[in-house]
Amino acid sequence: MVAHLLRLKLTLLRNSLKRSTAQLVGVILGGLYGLGMLAFLVSGLVFLGSADPELIRTILVIGGSATVLGWIVIPIAVSGVDMTLDPARFVTYTIPMRQLLAGLVLGGLVGIPGLVTLIAALTLVITWIRYPAAALTALVCGLLAVVLCVVASRLVTTAVSALTGSRRFKDVNGIVAFLPLFFLGPIIGGLAAGFQGSPGFAGKLADVLAWTPLGALWAAPADVAAGNPLLAVVRVLIGVATLAVFVLLWSRSLSHALVTPPYNAMTKKAGGNLGWFSRFPATPSGAVAARALTYWVRDPRYAASLVLIPLLAVLLFLSGGGAGGAFAFVGPIAAFLLAWAISADVSYDNTAFSLHLSTGVSGRDDRWGRAAALLVFALPATLVLTVLPLLIAARMEDLPVMLGLALGFLFTGTGLSSFISARYTYNVPLPGESAFKAPPGTNFLMFVVQFGGWLVMLLLALPEIVLTIVYFVSGDQLYGWLTLLVGVLLGGVVLLLGIRAGGRWYDRRAPELLLAVSRNR
Amino acid sequence: MSSPVPSPPEQDSPQQPSRTAALSIRGLAKRFGDKIAVNGVDLEVPAGSFFGLVGPNGAGKTTTLSMATGLLRPDHGRALVHGVDVWEKPLEAKRLMGVLPDGVRLFDRLTGEQLVTYAGLLRGMDRETVAERTGDLLRALDLTNDAGTLVVDYSAGMTKKIALASALIHAPKLLVLDEPFESVDPVSAANIRDILSSYVHSGGSVIVSSHVMDLVQRMCDHVAVIAAGTVLAAGTIDEVRGEATLEDRFVDLVGGRNTAEGLSWLRTS
Repeated sequence: MVAHLLRLKLTLLRNSLKRSTAQLVGVILGGLYGLGMLAFLVSGLVFLGSADPELIRTILVIGGSATVLGWIVIPIAVSGVDMTLDPARFVTYTIPMRQLLAGLVLGGLVGIPGLVTLIAALTLVITWIRYPAAALTALVCGLLAVVLCVVASRLVTTAVSALTGSRRFKDVNGIVAFLPLFFLGPIIGGLAAGFQGSPGFAGKLADVLAWTPLGALWAAPADVAAGNPLLAVVRVLIGVATLAVFVLLWSRSLSHALVTPPYNAMTKKAGGNLGWFSRFPATPSGAVAARALTYWVRDPRYAASLVLIPLLAVLLFLSGGGAGGAFAFVGPIAAFLLAWAISADVSYDNTAFSLHLSTGVSGRDDRWGRAAALLVFALPATLVLTVLPLLIAARMEDLPVMLGLALGFLFTGTGLSSFISARYTYNVPLPGESAFKAPPGTNFLMFVVQFGGWLVMLLLALPEIVLTIVYFVSGDQLYGWLTLLVGVLLGGVVLLLGIRAGGRWYDRRAPELLLAVSRNR
Repeated sequence: MSSPVPSPPEQDSPQQPSRTAALSIRGLAKRFGDKIAVNGVDLEVPAGSFFGLVGPNGAGKTTTLSMATGLLRPDHGRALVHGVDVWEKPLEAKRLMGVLPDGVRLFDRLTGEQLVTYAGLLRGMDRETVAERTGDLLRALDLTNDAGTLVVDYSAGMTKKIALASALIHAPKLLVLDEPFESVDPVSAANIRDILSSYVHSGGSVIVSSHVMDLVQRMCDHVAVIAAGTVLAAGTIDEVRGEATLEDRFVDLVGGRNTAEGLSWLRTS
């Protein structure tokens, strides 16, 4: 039975690769990246072996704890990062619990994160090779720690999947759980500052972590190397006890999940409130705009970008040296990102797009509606985000140039996105999924379109960018006003052209667009 | 069951699509990679008929209907709706059609009421008419109490019904419904049948795909049996079924029926 579950996982993995070449290329690139990381990690761990045991211990305990933490946190953030062996799918089979658990643990190791963790943990034997007893301990503890990682992550997934029956929870969790990851940069920056600030900080952190379930197993070999086997036994006991508790909790929640099919509580609500539909003009393009704007609020995939924009401002403020530095550029950067946000609009629609096709909406109406929905809130947002930082930094004399750059990006980008979303489709998170979930074997085409698109956008906005640079070099107000003029005029022209080109393409190729998005399911 | 307009489909020459039929399909074909999904399908849906399209799973029903409604570009062949070519004058043809596709998502973050309104506005209808008809449709399909609920929270049957409402909002002359009764409860199914019957009586034409033979035999006046991408039989229900029931005739035509000999172990006594 365990072998069956393993084979199932392998078959699923293999079949997911067979679906398209672009996906295969994506997986190969991902695999190469993982391999590179692994080579880097393994050689680092081997070299670490020649260091002072105290340093080895500090690094391994902190790194190991971070690994365990990662296995716990990432599945929540990416809600269901790997649900190929979702326990809910085994509900109708009578698999003995013990075998199901073993199968799921081994299945969890199959895949890039599992293999990287396993190999890295086994490399610890080489790291400790100068102390044979410690090396042996590292082998046992490493394997236990890997199992702990998988079990902890499975426990969290199962516990969360009980909650995710409710769509509202799913929607909110998809965005909120991502926030810690978003601030990972500043957090790591803070920790790094701590390390630099006091040399003993890392050691103290490791001392604390070594007594927690996160770090205990990683610390045991160091205790053996330091000639303190008794302490090592205590650490192993902490680790094993944690593992036992986790397995117990996991099997409990699993057997609960197996008899409790997901249930979505639904509240009946009478109609009468048409929302944006009663506020936009009753035309096809007005309806498209109302629908798109409703989605900006209700669909977590769009709402996530709305949440990220203010966070971006905070992040730039924190890491960019306060009000004077990068923070001043919040407006243009936000405009750039917002404009790009509709570049995968049709991909996000998925097959719901067929309604546009069967009702015979013209390309012009479709493109204008989507662009209008974006501009309705992106234009005021861009203005506020451009003016506020300059007000705070008391640099209002830079307003024309910044406004020119921001509006240039917004209009140019909206025009470009209107064309791109009608021309290229790629796998995006499906409707109802977390905005941050990478679709299976996130494909090569997506990277090409994303980076190619950004490049083209920068090229199209080159006049504004050059004028901005000239302004800051020369300090001549004239160039500021010129930037504003070019931004609005040239941006406006690109907007019109993009929408027209996108609309034409849509009119000719809409059935092919539908076919392309229906492959992503 | 007699058809209101008993014009036999063979009236026109096989190569020339009929100008009078509600839907006239000539030689539609589609290939996906190595697999030929639809292999030259000819169909005549007479105006004012209630037409059933039956076939086993994977027969090419959905592919055929997608090509006939402008959702999937055919490799070969033509489709005419009341004489308007779907692929040459798509906008004009789509005005005449109401489409309920199978296996596609809806804009399910809208409420039921918003979705139907959206479908109406996309068709370029004015606000008052849309509001009035949306209310009527929701009432007729027993969705009034859930009008403000997001479609994503609907059950499978309710989702089917709201999609049907979106297809009806512009009072089309031809309704193309792919599996309209799937997972719909018996009461709602009876309501939908009534709506469709009175629609046909008032001069509209309906083509439904289904694998429930009994339903097609009771509800439709014309039927076509399709398997492996080709039409095996077409005509009025009585022409196709002869003396037998539609179900028996269907099994005859399609084949693949296993005798009940197997699974001898599947006996409880």
